[in-house]
Amino acid sequence: MGELILLYFTFFKIGLFSFGGGYAILTMIQQEVVYKQAWLSSTEFVELIAISQVTPGPISINSATYVGYKVTGTVFGSFISSLGMISPSIIIIILFAIFFRKFKDSKLVKYLMEYLKYAVIGFILAAALLLINKDNFMDYYSYIIFLVSLLLLYKYDLNPILLTIISAIVGVVIY
Amino acid sequence: MMKKLKFYFELFYVFFKIGAFTLGGGYAMIPLIQKEIVDNKKWVTEDRFIDILSLTQSAPGPIAINTAVFISYELSGIAGVFFGVLGSAMPSFFIILAIASIFNNFNENIYVIKAFNVIRPMVVSLIAYSVYKLGKNVVKDKRMWIVIIIISLIIAYLHISPIYFIILGVIYSIIRVVKKWGN
Repeated sequence: MGELILLYFTFFKIGLFSFGGGYAILTMIQQEVVYKQAWLSSTEFVELIAISQVTPGPISINSATYVGYKVTGTVFGSFISSLGMISPSIIIIILFAIFFRKFKDSKLVKYLMEYLKYAVIGFILAAALLLINKDNFMDYYSYIIFLVSLLLLYKYDLNPILLTIISAIVGVVIY
Repeated sequence: MMKKLKFYFELFYVFFKIGAFTLGGGYAMIPLIQKEIVDNKKWVTEDRFIDILSLTQSAPGPIAINTAVFISYELSGIAGVFFGVLGSAMPSFFIILAIASIFNNFNENIYVIKAFNVIRPMVVSLIAYSVYKLGKNVVKDKRMWIVIIIISLIIAYLHISPIYFIILGVIYSIIRVVKKWGN
Protein backbone atom coordinates (compact mmCIF):
# COMPACT_ATOMS: atom_id res chain seq x y z
CA MET A 1 0.00 0.00 0.00
CA GLY A 2 2.82 2.39 0.96
CA GLU A 3 4.51 1.52 -2.31
CA LEU A 4 1.40 2.43 -4.31
CA ILE A 5 1.07 5.76 -2.52
CA LEU A 6 4.75 6.50 -3.17
CA LEU A 7 4.30 5.58 -6.86
CA TYR A 8 1.23 7.78 -7.17
CA PHE A 9 2.86 10.81 -5.58
CA THR A 10 6.20 10.38 -7.34
CA PHE A 11 4.46 10.43 -10.73
CA PHE A 12 2.12 13.18 -9.54
CA LYS A 13 5.23 15.24 -8.77
CA ILE A 14 6.78 14.41 -12.15
CA GLY A 15 3.55 15.41 -13.89
CA LEU A 16 3.29 18.57 -11.83
CA PHE A 17 6.83 19.82 -12.34
CA SER A 18 7.77 18.73 -15.85
CA PHE A 19 7.39 21.42 -18.45
CA GLY A 20 7.76 21.00 -22.18
CA GLY A 21 6.62 17.40 -22.55
CA GLY A 22 8.50 14.63 -24.33
CA TYR A 23 12.19 14.52 -23.55
CA ALA A 24 11.92 17.32 -21.00
CA ILE A 25 9.84 14.99 -18.85
CA LEU A 26 12.57 12.39 -19.14
CA THR A 27 14.93 14.52 -17.06
CA MET A 28 12.36 14.68 -14.28
CA ILE A 29 11.69 10.95 -14.49
CA GLN A 30 15.42 10.31 -14.47
CA GLN A 31 15.91 12.41 -11.32
CA GLU A 32 13.03 10.82 -9.44
CA VAL A 33 13.00 7.23 -10.67
CA VAL A 34 16.73 6.57 -11.22
CA TYR A 35 18.51 8.85 -8.73
CA LYS A 36 16.04 9.39 -5.91
CA GLN A 37 13.96 6.20 -5.68
CA ALA A 38 16.40 3.88 -7.50
CA TRP A 39 13.48 2.03 -9.06
CA LEU A 40 15.36 1.70 -12.35
CA SER A 41 19.08 1.49 -13.13
CA SER A 42 20.58 3.90 -15.65
CA THR A 43 20.68 1.07 -18.21
CA GLU A 44 17.05 0.15 -17.62
CA PHE A 45 16.14 3.80 -17.96
CA VAL A 46 17.69 4.06 -21.42
CA GLU A 47 16.02 0.80 -22.43
CA LEU A 48 12.75 2.34 -21.32
CA ILE A 49 13.44 5.33 -23.60
CA ALA A 50 14.29 2.93 -26.41
CA ILE A 51 11.05 1.01 -25.83
CA SER A 52 9.18 4.31 -25.79
CA GLN A 53 10.76 5.13 -29.14
CA VAL A 54 9.38 2.02 -30.79
CA THR A 55 6.00 1.99 -29.07
CA PRO A 56 3.24 4.54 -29.60
CA GLY A 57 1.94 7.00 -27.05
CA PRO A 58 3.28 9.70 -24.77
CA ILE A 59 6.69 8.85 -23.25
CA SER A 60 5.38 9.89 -19.84
CA ILE A 61 2.55 7.34 -19.85
CA ASN A 62 4.91 4.70 -21.21
CA SER A 63 7.33 5.42 -18.35
CA ALA A 64 4.69 5.51 -15.63
CA THR A 65 3.17 2.24 -16.83
CA TYR A 66 6.59 0.58 -17.12
CA VAL A 67 7.90 1.74 -13.73
CA GLY A 68 4.61 0.89 -12.00
CA TYR A 69 4.85 -2.63 -13.33
CA LYS A 70 8.57 -3.00 -12.53
CA VAL A 71 8.08 -1.87 -8.92
CA THR A 72 4.89 -3.72 -8.02
CA GLY A 73 4.73 -6.49 -10.62
CA THR A 74 1.02 -5.74 -11.05
CA VAL A 75 -1.23 -4.05 -13.58
CA PHE A 76 -2.70 -2.06 -10.71
CA GLY A 77 0.73 -0.59 -9.97
CA SER A 78 0.94 0.57 -13.59
CA PHE A 79 -2.54 2.03 -13.32
CA ILE A 80 -1.73 3.97 -10.13
CA SER A 81 1.51 5.39 -11.61
CA SER A 82 -0.24 6.46 -14.81
CA LEU A 83 -3.07 7.98 -12.80
CA GLY A 84 -0.49 9.91 -10.77
CA MET A 85 1.11 11.15 -13.98
CA ILE A 86 -2.23 12.28 -15.46
CA SER A 87 -3.80 13.82 -12.33
CA PRO A 88 -1.92 17.16 -12.29
CA SER A 89 -2.58 17.64 -16.02
CA ILE A 90 -6.32 17.25 -15.52
CA ILE A 91 -6.46 19.64 -12.57
CA ILE A 92 -4.13 22.29 -14.04
CA ILE A 93 -5.44 22.27 -17.60
CA ILE A 94 -9.06 22.58 -16.47
CA LEU A 95 -8.04 25.56 -14.32
CA PHE A 96 -6.15 26.95 -17.33
CA ALA A 97 -9.18 26.51 -19.55
CA ILE A 98 -11.41 28.28 -17.03
CA PHE A 99 -9.08 31.22 -16.51
CA PHE A 100 -7.69 31.24 -20.05
CA ARG A 101 -8.35 34.86 -20.85
CA LYS A 102 -7.10 36.10 -17.51
CA PHE A 103 -3.84 34.17 -17.93
CA LYS A 104 -3.31 35.15 -21.56
CA ASP A 105 -3.24 38.87 -20.89
CA SER A 106 -1.08 38.65 -17.79
CA LYS A 107 2.44 40.06 -18.08
CA LEU A 108 3.65 37.56 -15.49
CA VAL A 109 2.69 34.57 -17.62
CA LYS A 110 4.17 36.18 -20.72
CA TYR A 111 7.53 36.68 -19.01
CA LEU A 112 7.46 33.21 -17.51
CA MET A 113 6.75 31.57 -20.86
CA GLU A 114 9.53 33.56 -22.48
CA TYR A 115 11.96 32.22 -19.86
CA LEU A 116 10.59 28.69 -19.85
CA LYS A 117 11.15 28.05 -23.54
CA TYR A 118 14.91 28.43 -22.98
CA ALA A 119 14.92 26.52 -19.69
CA VAL A 120 13.08 23.62 -21.31
CA ILE A 121 15.75 23.25 -24.00
CA GLY A 122 18.35 23.25 -21.21
CA PHE A 123 16.41 20.43 -19.50
CA ILE A 124 16.48 18.33 -22.65
CA LEU A 125 20.21 18.92 -23.14
CA ALA A 126 20.76 17.88 -19.51
CA ALA A 127 18.94 14.59 -20.19
CA ALA A 128 21.30 13.90 -23.09
CA LEU A 129 24.40 14.78 -21.02
CA LEU A 130 23.31 12.55 -18.13
CA LEU A 131 22.98 9.63 -20.52
CA ILE A 132 26.53 9.90 -21.83
CA ASN A 133 27.94 7.47 -19.25
CA LYS A 134 29.65 4.08 -19.08
CA ASP A 135 26.35 2.17 -19.14
CA ASN A 136 25.30 3.57 -22.49
CA PHE A 137 28.70 4.26 -24.04
CA MET A 138 30.47 1.00 -23.39
CA ASP A 139 33.27 1.27 -25.99
CA TYR A 140 34.55 3.59 -28.71
CA TYR A 141 31.98 2.12 -31.14
CA SER A 142 29.31 3.79 -29.01
CA TYR A 143 30.79 7.23 -29.66
CA ILE A 144 31.04 6.53 -33.39
CA ILE A 145 27.41 5.36 -33.41
CA PHE A 146 26.38 8.48 -31.50
CA LEU A 147 28.19 10.80 -33.94
CA VAL A 148 27.07 8.99 -37.09
CA SER A 149 23.42 8.93 -36.04
CA LEU A 150 23.59 12.59 -35.00
CA LEU A 151 25.02 13.41 -38.42
CA LEU A 152 22.30 11.37 -40.17
CA LEU A 153 19.62 13.16 -38.16
CA TYR A 154 21.14 16.56 -38.91
CA LYS A 155 21.48 15.86 -42.64
CA TYR A 156 18.31 13.90 -43.37
CA ASP A 157 16.02 14.48 -40.35
CA LEU A 158 15.56 10.69 -40.23
CA ASN A 159 12.46 9.19 -38.68
CA PRO A 160 13.25 7.93 -35.13
CA ILE A 161 11.42 4.66 -35.82
CA LEU A 162 13.52 3.97 -38.91
CA LEU A 163 16.70 4.90 -37.05
CA THR A 164 15.80 2.55 -34.20
CA ILE A 165 15.26 -0.34 -36.61
CA ILE A 166 18.57 0.38 -38.40
CA SER A 167 20.36 0.55 -35.02
CA ALA A 168 18.95 -2.80 -33.94
CA ILE A 169 20.18 -4.43 -37.15
CA VAL A 170 23.62 -2.79 -36.86
CA GLY A 171 23.82 -3.99 -33.24
CA VAL A 172 23.14 -7.60 -34.17
CA VAL A 173 25.76 -7.41 -36.92
CA ILE A 174 28.65 -5.66 -35.15
CA TYR A 175 28.41 -6.92 -31.56
CA MET B 1 -28.54 11.83 -24.15
CA MET B 2 -27.73 9.49 -27.02
CA LYS B 3 -26.16 12.37 -28.88
CA LYS B 4 -23.98 13.16 -25.89
CA LEU B 5 -22.91 9.56 -25.46
CA LYS B 6 -22.09 9.36 -29.13
CA PHE B 7 -19.91 12.44 -28.83
CA TYR B 8 -18.09 11.02 -25.78
CA PHE B 9 -17.39 7.88 -27.75
CA GLU B 10 -16.12 9.95 -30.64
CA LEU B 11 -13.79 11.88 -28.30
CA PHE B 12 -12.50 8.61 -26.89
CA TYR B 13 -11.98 7.18 -30.37
CA VAL B 14 -10.14 10.21 -31.76
CA PHE B 15 -7.74 10.40 -28.83
CA PHE B 16 -7.28 6.63 -28.83
CA LYS B 17 -6.24 6.87 -32.47
CA ILE B 18 -3.81 9.70 -31.69
CA GLY B 19 -2.37 7.72 -28.79
CA ALA B 20 -2.07 4.55 -30.84
CA PHE B 21 -0.41 5.97 -33.94
CA THR B 22 2.20 8.44 -32.75
CA LEU B 23 5.71 7.31 -31.96
CA GLY B 24 8.30 9.42 -30.19
CA GLY B 25 6.12 11.15 -27.62
CA GLY B 26 4.70 14.65 -27.14
CA TYR B 27 6.14 16.70 -29.98
CA ALA B 28 5.63 13.92 -32.50
CA MET B 29 1.93 13.91 -31.61
CA ILE B 30 1.24 17.49 -32.54
CA PRO B 31 0.83 16.98 -36.32
CA LEU B 32 -1.57 14.06 -35.81
CA ILE B 33 -3.64 15.92 -33.20
CA GLN B 34 -3.91 18.82 -35.65
CA LYS B 35 -4.95 16.52 -38.50
CA GLU B 36 -7.69 14.86 -36.44
CA ILE B 37 -9.05 17.75 -34.39
CA VAL B 38 -8.66 20.67 -36.82
CA ASP B 39 -8.72 19.17 -40.33
CA ASN B 40 -10.93 16.11 -39.99
CA LYS B 41 -13.33 16.79 -37.11
CA LYS B 42 -13.17 20.59 -37.32
CA TRP B 43 -13.68 20.78 -33.56
CA VAL B 44 -11.40 23.80 -33.26
CA THR B 45 -10.07 26.37 -35.74
CA GLU B 46 -6.41 26.63 -36.75
CA ASP B 47 -5.93 29.81 -34.67
CA ARG B 48 -7.54 28.28 -31.63
CA PHE B 49 -5.34 25.23 -32.02
CA ILE B 50 -2.17 27.32 -31.84
CA ASP B 51 -3.51 29.00 -28.68
CA ILE B 52 -4.23 25.60 -27.16
CA LEU B 53 -0.76 24.35 -28.05
CA SER B 54 1.10 27.24 -26.48
CA LEU B 55 -1.05 26.86 -23.39
CA THR B 56 -0.72 23.10 -23.06
CA GLN B 57 3.03 23.35 -23.63
CA SER B 58 3.54 25.99 -20.99
CA ALA B 59 1.58 24.01 -18.42
CA PRO B 60 3.35 21.13 -16.70
CA GLY B 61 2.61 17.56 -17.71
CA PRO B 62 2.64 15.50 -20.90
CA ILE B 63 1.69 17.59 -23.96
CA ALA B 64 -0.50 14.83 -25.39
CA ILE B 65 -2.49 14.46 -22.15
CA ASN B 66 -2.69 18.22 -21.65
CA THR B 67 -4.04 18.69 -25.16
CA ALA B 68 -6.56 15.88 -24.69
CA VAL B 69 -7.76 17.45 -21.42
CA PHE B 70 -8.01 20.96 -22.87
CA ILE B 71 -9.88 20.05 -26.05
CA SER B 72 -12.19 17.56 -24.31
CA TYR B 73 -13.02 20.07 -21.59
CA GLU B 74 -13.73 22.83 -24.10
CA LEU B 75 -15.98 20.57 -26.15
CA SER B 76 -17.90 18.68 -23.49
CA GLY B 77 -16.87 19.47 -19.92
CA ILE B 78 -15.53 17.22 -17.17
CA ALA B 79 -17.20 14.06 -18.50
CA GLY B 80 -15.55 14.69 -21.86
CA VAL B 81 -12.16 14.96 -20.13
CA PHE B 82 -12.64 11.46 -18.76
CA PHE B 83 -13.20 10.01 -22.24
CA GLY B 84 -10.50 12.04 -23.99
CA VAL B 85 -7.80 11.20 -21.45
CA LEU B 86 -8.81 7.55 -21.26
CA GLY B 87 -8.53 7.33 -25.04
CA SER B 88 -5.13 8.97 -25.27
CA ALA B 89 -3.50 7.01 -22.44
CA MET B 90 -4.98 3.58 -23.14
CA PRO B 91 -2.90 2.38 -26.15
CA SER B 92 0.35 3.31 -24.39
CA PHE B 93 -0.74 1.63 -21.18
CA PHE B 94 -1.58 -1.74 -22.69
CA ILE B 95 1.33 -1.91 -25.11
CA ILE B 96 3.87 -1.10 -22.36
CA LEU B 97 2.25 -3.59 -19.99
CA ALA B 98 2.56 -6.28 -22.62
CA ILE B 99 6.25 -5.44 -23.13
CA ALA B 100 7.07 -4.98 -19.42
CA SER B 101 5.54 -8.30 -18.49
CA ILE B 102 7.69 -10.16 -21.04
CA PHE B 103 10.72 -7.86 -20.89
CA ASN B 104 12.53 -9.80 -18.16
CA ASN B 105 13.16 -12.61 -20.62
CA PHE B 106 13.21 -10.31 -23.61
CA ASN B 107 16.02 -8.45 -21.86
CA GLU B 108 18.27 -11.52 -21.62
CA ASN B 109 17.96 -12.42 -25.27
CA ILE B 110 21.39 -12.14 -26.93
CA TYR B 111 20.01 -10.37 -30.01
CA VAL B 112 18.12 -7.87 -27.87
CA ILE B 113 21.32 -7.17 -25.90
CA LYS B 114 23.26 -6.66 -29.15
CA ALA B 115 20.55 -4.44 -30.62
CA PHE B 116 20.37 -2.27 -27.50
CA ASN B 117 24.16 -1.79 -27.49
CA VAL B 118 23.65 0.34 -30.59
CA ILE B 119 20.16 1.64 -29.80
CA ARG B 120 21.30 3.22 -26.49
CA PRO B 121 23.88 5.68 -27.90
CA MET B 122 21.49 6.30 -30.83
CA VAL B 123 18.73 7.35 -28.41
CA VAL B 124 21.14 9.82 -26.80
CA SER B 125 21.76 11.30 -30.26
CA LEU B 126 17.98 11.58 -30.80
CA ILE B 127 17.68 13.62 -27.62
CA ALA B 128 20.67 15.78 -28.57
CA TYR B 129 19.15 16.35 -31.99
CA SER B 130 15.83 17.44 -30.49
CA VAL B 131 17.79 20.15 -28.61
CA TYR B 132 19.11 21.43 -31.94
CA LYS B 133 15.71 21.17 -33.65
CA LEU B 134 13.81 22.96 -30.90
CA GLY B 135 16.57 25.53 -30.44
CA LYS B 136 16.56 26.36 -34.13
CA ASN B 137 12.98 27.65 -33.85
CA VAL B 138 13.03 29.05 -30.35
CA VAL B 139 16.47 30.62 -29.80
CA LYS B 140 16.49 33.87 -31.74
CA ASP B 141 19.33 35.47 -29.77
CA LYS B 142 22.36 33.19 -30.14
CA ARG B 143 23.72 34.28 -26.74
CA MET B 144 20.80 32.48 -25.10
CA TRP B 145 22.58 29.22 -25.98
CA ILE B 146 25.06 30.05 -23.19
CA VAL B 147 22.18 30.20 -20.70
CA ILE B 148 20.78 26.93 -22.04
CA ILE B 149 24.15 25.18 -21.78
CA ILE B 150 24.77 26.48 -18.25
CA ILE B 151 21.31 25.28 -17.13
CA SER B 152 21.98 21.85 -18.64
CA LEU B 153 25.45 21.56 -17.03
CA ILE B 154 24.07 22.46 -13.59
CA ILE B 155 21.29 19.87 -13.85
CA ALA B 156 23.49 17.13 -15.30
CA TYR B 157 26.64 17.50 -13.21
CA LEU B 158 25.48 19.08 -9.94
CA HIS B 159 22.29 16.93 -9.92
CA ILE B 160 20.06 19.93 -9.30
CA SER B 161 16.40 19.22 -10.09
CA PRO B 162 14.86 21.14 -13.02
CA ILE B 163 12.09 22.16 -10.62
CA TYR B 164 14.39 24.80 -9.13
CA PHE B 165 14.85 26.41 -12.54
CA ILE B 166 11.08 26.62 -12.94
CA ILE B 167 10.75 28.22 -9.48
CA LEU B 168 13.60 30.57 -10.41
CA GLY B 169 11.69 31.49 -13.57
CA VAL B 170 8.59 32.32 -11.54
CA ILE B 171 10.61 34.55 -9.19
CA TYR B 172 12.38 36.22 -12.15
CA SER B 173 9.04 36.89 -13.87
CA ILE B 174 7.54 38.36 -10.68
CA ILE B 175 10.56 40.67 -10.31
CA ARG B 176 10.16 41.82 -13.93
CA VAL B 177 6.47 42.58 -13.36
CA VAL B 178 7.16 44.45 -10.10
CA LYS B 179 9.98 46.43 -11.75
CA LYS B 180 7.60 47.45 -14.53
CA TRP B 181 5.16 48.76 -11.90
CA GLY B 182 7.99 50.71 -10.30
CA ASN B 183 8.70 52.55 -13.51
